[in-house]
Amino acid sequence: MKICVTSQGDTLDAMVDPRFGRAPYFLLVDTDTMAFEAMVNTAVQAPGGVGIAAAKQVMDAGVGAVLTGNCGPNAFRTLAAGGARVYTGVSGSVRQAVEAFRSGGMTPDSQASADSHSGMDQQA
Amino acid sequence: MKEIVIISGKGGTGKTSITAALAGLAQNSVLADCDVDAADLHLVTSPTVLQEQDFVGGRQAVIQPLQCRGCGRCFSLCRFGAIQPVEGKKAFRVNSSFCEGCKVCVEFCPAGAIDFVDSVNGRWFLSQTRFGPMVHAELGIAQENSGKLVALIRKEARQLARAEQREWILADGSPGIGCPVIASLTGADFVLVVTEPTQSGRHDLRRILELTDHFKIAAAICVNKADLNPEMTAEIEQEAAKKNLSVLAKIPYDTAITRAQIQAQNVIEYDPDGPAARSIRRLWETIQETV
Amino acid sequence: MKTHPVIAVASGKGGTGKTTIAVNLALALSVNGRAVQYLDCDVEEPNGAIFLKPDFDSRMPVYAGVPQVDPQACTGCGKCGALCQYGAIVSVGGNVLTFEQLCHSCGGCMRICPAGAITEKQLEIGLIEQGRAGEIACVQGLLKIGSVRTPTVIEQTRAKMNPEAIKILDAPPGTSCPVIAAVRDTDFVLLVTEPTPFGLHDLKLAVGMVRQLGLPFGVVVNRADSGDDRVEVYCGREGIDILLRLPDDRRIARAYSDGRMILNVLPEYQSRFDQLAEGIGL
Repeated sequence: MKICVTSQGDTLDAMVDPRFGRAPYFLLVDTDTMAFEAMVNTAVQAPGGVGIAAAKQVMDAGVGAVLTGNCGPNAFRTLAAGGARVYTGVSGSVRQAVEAFRSGGMTPDSQASADSHSGMDQQA
Repeated sequence: MKEIVIISGKGGTGKTSITAALAGLAQNSVLADCDVDAADLHLVTSPTVLQEQDFVGGRQAVIQPLQCRGCGRCFSLCRFGAIQPVEGKKAFRVNSSFCEGCKVCVEFCPAGAIDFVDSVNGRWFLSQTRFGPMVHAELGIAQENSGKLVALIRKEARQLARAEQREWILADGSPGIGCPVIASLTGADFVLVVTEPTQSGRHDLRRILELTDHFKIAAAICVNKADLNPEMTAEIEQEAAKKNLSVLAKIPYDTAITRAQIQAQNVIEYDPDGPAARSIRRLWETIQETV
Repeated sequence: MKTHPVIAVASGKGGTGKTTIAVNLALALSVNGRAVQYLDCDVEEPNGAIFLKPDFDSRMPVYAGVPQVDPQACTGCGKCGALCQYGAIVSVGGNVLTFEQLCHSCGGCMRICPAGAITEKQLEIGLIEQGRAGEIACVQGLLKIGSVRTPTVIEQTRAKMNPEAIKILDAPPGTSCPVIAAVRDTDFVLLVTEPTPFGLHDLKLAVGMVRQLGLPFGVVVNRADSGDDRVEVYCGREGIDILLRLPDDRRIARAYSDGRMILNVLPEYQSRFDQLAEGIGL
């Protein structure tokens, strides 16, 4: 399955970014082969609705799950509508996160983990 | 690093003067002026600008006069009254003061005569002051997207605080309860609401506290010019207590605050042993204990 | 000046006494037998009613049009989301979602939808109250907490203007979009300031704004003897009329803090407001 991990850098050894909408990169990882592609989050520059635009970008890339630190309600709704499962509270490196996901030890969220805008001012 | 945002529902309560005084007390801080609509903190801190950049807040429609056929489709579609006929010609123009950048006219112009271009809504600055580094901005007159500019200033201030290992960010917020205020307070560690003992001050305090409730942000209150109307100050304290909020300081009316401003100083510099300065010093101690 | 013009009272800086000037000017005109309507367009923090104490007998919600998508008709083409500049509508995996709080009501999504699947529904963003304070007709706009649609509530408040009265319009502070919504197309703007560095700095911004909008204007200096002379010097240099200087009278401050009108407590100020009205051309 192709999944998305919010990331501070463009490699598997970069740290997971705790924010969804304001993460600089989305790492798209094939969980079977560990092949990956780093996608720049273009939504960061949007005048508003950043979480929504980021979710749209991720869903258009065709992922089935999203691993991140926190995810606000707007982004969560968008990801859920696109059929992706959302896993929050994820930290460490992207590689560690994907391995934890592969081992089946994660539970998807049933609702947003953060309030709107909570990532807008935080830095990675 | 802790970010303290100073706001006031009502304007003119002394928010900026108190921020400037706290700036003199907080060692190791970064200052952020988030009141981009009427940025005044620099008048006291006298910053030396180190870096300055355009703020691109969004995009706006621009009609190319040579391509416009004057059909008026944009005029009828625009819901913001931003399209105006050019006098004496069968053509239209965009009044940028009113354009909200929705792109509808660009999309539906049958002549393809409307461009959608980045709009520079202001400038922002990284500066040095005698109190430490400062991030501030000038929003262009009649410009949109002040909320986005506030978010940018806070982001830059955080980056700077992290890079220089500064302990505090002191942010001067904007009045009101709208878009720039919401952008000022989301995610802050501590919000100090400055009010005054007047009917208007109390009314606006209630509205701003509803807003901090709405966004689940911890707030504390400071009553400026508290002795101008002690009964009202007492009522504000009672209302705060009912909401489980503390009144951290009751700053007495002190003309030194205005006199300091005229000298481009904060009140701690101007009259360090005066009543306002003493009260603000205690306020800062309480904030440090609380945060 | 028209017989029944719209006079906006604005200020770059908050707390300079904008509302004080607006309500007392309204009262002064009313005392002189003029038909006056006061419109509080400072919809984030409306305070005029604290002083005028009107009996509001009509309350009307303010709505803004936001998209409603018919999922049966939607083909999931995504054109609506591609056009929306605010992230208020988005198409993912064949589903269309709306985020009403982000919508600016531009109407683009409805127009571009090839399937005609989007209609407009009404979202409540505020309240307009109307009533009277003696002879003064009062209209107050109130933004709903958490909403960012300040300009829309202002426009709806302005829509209540009475053509048969002098309109005194209390604008929000600042110089950005809400203020523009309040002062645009008015006949005269009174800029209220105070003689301090902050007051002067923000007055310059406000002057820039009214000049850009091409509106006639004049200045009121409140607490005129409390600071220094830099506002006077600036106005002199720029050829700006100072129509009223209100002294730093502690009795005014006390009346203000109790929510009382200057003219009710200190009737001797009536002549100053008469002069202000004359200076505006009323």
